Amino acid sequence: MTDNKLINLVNISKSYGENIVLDELNLYIRENEFLTLLGPSGCGKTTTLRIIGGFENPDKGQVIFEGKDISKLAPNERQLNTVFQKYALFTHMTIAENIAFGLKVKKKSKEYIKDKIKYALKLVNLDGFENRMPDSLSGGQQQRIAIARAIVNEPKVLLLDEPLGALDLKLRQDMQYELIRLKNELGITFIYVTHDQEEALTMSDTVVVMNQGYIQQIGSPEDIYNEPQNAFVADFIGESNILPSIMVEDKLVNILGANFVCVDTGFGVNKPVDVVIRPEDIDLVKPEEGIIKGVVTSLLFKGVHYEMEVKAHGHDWLVHSTDLVPVGNEVGIWVDPFDIQIMHKPESEDEEATQLDI
Amino acid sequence: MKMLKKPINRTPSQKHGALGIGGIKWLSFPYIIWMIGFIIIPLLVIIYYGLTTKDSHLTLENIALTFNQINLKALRLALELSLISTAICLILAYPLAMILRKSKMKSNSFIVMIIILPMWMNFLLRTIAWQNILERTGIINTILRFLNLPTLNIINTPAAIVLGMVYNFLPFMVLPIYNVLIKIDKDVVAAARDLGANSVQTFMKIILPLSLPGVISGITMVFVPSLTTFVISSILGGSKIVLIGNVIEQQFRIGNWHGGSGLSLVLMLFILISMAILSKYDKEGGGGGLW
Repeated sequence: MTDNKLINLVNISKSYGENIVLDELNLYIRENEFLTLLGPSGCGKTTTLRIIGGFENPDKGQVIFEGKDISKLAPNERQLNTVFQKYALFTHMTIAENIAFGLKVKKKSKEYIKDKIKYALKLVNLDGFENRMPDSLSGGQQQRIAIARAIVNEPKVLLLDEPLGALDLKLRQDMQYELIRLKNELGITFIYVTHDQEEALTMSDTVVVMNQGYIQQIGSPEDIYNEPQNAFVADFIGESNILPSIMVEDKLVNILGANFVCVDTGFGVNKPVDVVIRPEDIDLVKPEEGIIKGVVTSLLFKGVHYEMEVKAHGHDWLVHSTDLVPVGNEVGIWVDPFDIQIMHKPESEDEEATQLDI
Repeated sequence: MKMLKKPINRTPSQKHGALGIGGIKWLSFPYIIWMIGFIIIPLLVIIYYGLTTKDSHLTLENIALTFNQINLKALRLALELSLISTAICLILAYPLAMILRKSKMKSNSFIVMIIILPMWMNFLLRTIAWQNILERTGIINTILRFLNLPTLNIINTPAAIVLGMVYNFLPFMVLPIYNVLIKIDKDVVAAARDLGANSVQTFMKIILPLSLPGVISGITMVFVPSLTTFVISSILGGSKIVLIGNVIEQQFRIGNWHGGSGLSLVLMLFILISMAILSKYDKEGGGGGLW
């Protein structure tokens, strides 16, 4: 990844009738970056991708690609290629013809096209599939052909619109590795759209969390997970306990009536804040050793860990632990200072949506 | 041993399944009887009549009727006019179907209804209406005369017959093409654009080949009734223009069932040949043969 801004979205707005999908969105994508647009359905992530690809025109704003405004260019005039959610293969052509489509349109030589087809099929581990028809392939294979069809054109940027959405869990995980490998081998920029937070955290260099047409947070997967900037991000990425609290002073926060030591500063004195604590960051200790006491109210086995709910100070704390505590037992809750994430509390819902739209 | 029982209980009972299929089988009996009684037997009767003389001797004479000067001319004209009307229908229908595909859903069903609307009226009535419109003293000529313009002489010409065919059969071309076009995934078209094809290339290489099945069933549904019609030609063509359909009708009218059947068999052969040619194209289209 370099610091070179390859794509720059400037003040992009888009609405369908009354429905505002994107509002003054600003975002840049660096060369060779794996950037993921993450959010619930209707957050504007797909619209953003389609605007970059040229399938939608923004009402306002510009798409800058390598310093040039490409907002008015048709999709076929842009140096980007897209992998669509439902593959969108040409069912009346063989696999080879599908992959060759872009190259034939560009009038490349027969030899060149033949080599490229071979290379692309090898890259996606589907050698020898040249003469098969798309209908005879499984979903995962079709998706890999869709990727092969896009990358033979040597685009500078590959746009992927929930490409793994239609695959089952196991295949999805395999394809995640495959995509990371492809990205590294090709050395091109990936812009990836998904609603699956695990997918986003696994693959991306940069995650852009979106909600209701606004960007909520931009950062590395670690940043997004460990230091969510607001309740929406904390809630959307992984599971978390979001607790209304009071910042007593620097490095001291009052959560549900008990004082916890934390590491955050600069929130003022006696200010209302939101606190995020990840369920795996809560340690269950002996009742007298904890900061607060509670009673285990539910217990579920989740495979790698147990999921417990602890009722303490009127709140159900979600706890993940490899140690089992039976339902009904009294426990103490301990949280390390650096595991407490303090967030500025939005005054209104509107502010919640806009505050991070820089 | 108790454990073994569970999986057995979970599979549906064999008896039940067999009974269900048996029940469904019975439901198809009326259709089989219908097909035998009203399709297969009549067809065999036509073949029998077509290949025999009045005293039940095997003969090719009825088939040979085709090569009679007048009948040959009628067949050639029928082929010509039905090909022309099929072509006109295709030229009119395809762009219309494309426009419908692109337009918003709401206005779509309205336009489709307008296309279908004439079909709710009797076929004969519509054709006779055209006769009145095109007549020497019909609506068009009355208006032209009123405006002191030269009058048109369309009625009783091949042009009038083509007009009648196009008017009556156009919906059968529009609907199958429209049905295929709306089923083409918008992302497939977007993918072609994305891969560098301009709108013309996208149409030629993606939309057209993918819509071929609709085009072919449209062609079939216009060409076959056009080739065999005798109503349109007798109402709009007068007595001067004779198509093969009229010849066959006349044979039956004068009581020569054998001659009529023989000619019908020839006509059926032509339709079968055209179907065969079309289905060959369909396969090529399905296999990406247009490259």
